[in-house]
Amino acid sequence: MVSGFLEGLFNRQLDPAWAWSIDKVSGILLLVVGVLISLAFILLADRKIWAAVQMRKGPNVVGPFGLLQSFADFFKFVFKEIVVPAGADKFLFLLAPLISFILAFAAWIVVPVADGWAIANINVGIMYLFAISSLGVYGIIIGGWASNSKYPFLGSLRSAAQMVSYEVSIGFIIITVILLSGSMNIGEIVNSQKGGLTQWHAFAFPTIFVMFPMFVMFFISALAETNRPPFDLPEAESELVAGYQVEYSSTPYLLFMIAEYTNIVLMCALLALLFLGGWSSPIAGFVEIPFLWFALKTLAMFFLFALVKAIVPRYRYDQLMRLGWKIFLPTSLVAVAAIGWYATFVAHPEIGGQ
Amino acid sequence: MVQSEVLLAQLREYLPIVIMLAIAGALGLAFMLAAWVIAPKNPDSEKVSAYECGFNAFDGARLKFDVRFYLVSILFIIFDLEVAFLFPWAASLNTLPIDVAQFAFWSMMAFLGVLTLGFVYEWKKGALNWE
Repeated sequence: MVSGFLEGLFNRQLDPAWAWSIDKVSGILLLVVGVLISLAFILLADRKIWAAVQMRKGPNVVGPFGLLQSFADFFKFVFKEIVVPAGADKFLFLLAPLISFILAFAAWIVVPVADGWAIANINVGIMYLFAISSLGVYGIIIGGWASNSKYPFLGSLRSAAQMVSYEVSIGFIIITVILLSGSMNIGEIVNSQKGGLTQWHAFAFPTIFVMFPMFVMFFISALAETNRPPFDLPEAESELVAGYQVEYSSTPYLLFMIAEYTNIVLMCALLALLFLGGWSSPIAGFVEIPFLWFALKTLAMFFLFALVKAIVPRYRYDQLMRLGWKIFLPTSLVAVAAIGWYATFVAHPEIGGQ
Repeated sequence: MVQSEVLLAQLREYLPIVIMLAIAGALGLAFMLAAWVIAPKNPDSEKVSAYECGFNAFDGARLKFDVRFYLVSILFIIFDLEVAFLFPWAASLNTLPIDVAQFAFWSMMAFLGVLTLGFVYEWKKGALNWE
């Protein structure tokens, strides 16, 4: 797009390799800026919803309705001193938030925000996302270890154990979606849900009896995976102060926080893409504006994330591990077998399924 | 030749990921450098000491920790590998001819059955309990 504009502007043909690079880089910049700006407002929405549940007003001073609060916070972070603890491993201490930040954005590159808008439309998109979210543990565990302080260390261990536990059930749930769509490309997964609400993986008949519970489990696992309440044990204020972030200040802390919220929005987007038909309209043919539906579904999911944070009390650590390993893992394993059976014996193209 | 061109075209789809890593890394570094340049720098011994609640920190922070964390990560490796093994199976199941698909389904069920046996053993041994 941008290369076409430049070609028109200077009235000469660009080398295809240059045109490709310019398009991709400008696409990436647009994506990064778009994610960052929407993040600013999503952060505010999170605080506003939280406040509304508790009958407070929430941030309302900076800008109209507090709309500029996140930008003010950003500048506050930049003007604060970076405190590096004396005993810390300085290189790793500063590397850890960077790892978290890079990985959080790297995941977004395969997310198609509308039909064919994925910047890297790779054929193993969902597996790439799975791999990147597994790597996210590194940022946290390195940060906790490099701080050389007790609370971050314990917090990072807890966080890592919690994240890997729920990673497994997320993996199995993703398998059920792949079984139904027959592809690992996210665009094709969304296209397999065309034709309105009754074709979405979460609601399609007859798989709804397995897939709707899987949708709810993916939602809960996503809460645990991103350390959101009620699973925010790594940063349980009453026990560990702030978990792996205790020693962080200024922009290194900001990077951790941006990474955390980017991952949360990514999980919301994944819920929309895998289970709620992505960019397709709930009624076939009704207001077919792909990006609008994708954004609306993602925001609806985020609204639920914010409500859960405000309403549900925190889990205890043994309950968390029990839920992950003894309930979610066996259930999703059975669901993989059930959906596999459905894909082979009921919905197989040679039998007459779609 | 044609084969390698197809491969190259597929590899090209991955190049934006590398560009994205570079741009995100540059942005993150820019944020950190901004605070390093703009913000005041006057550390004192209290400020840079490890956080502790109400008293001076004693002992190092390199504590012994519960062996269960190791156990969880080992269990994670087993099941994560299992999931990775399931991905290609799941993606190709309904593109296979029906008889092959059915064979693929039953062989994967056999594989999952073995893993479930292992899972039941872990459960009975108490590896999944957290006290």
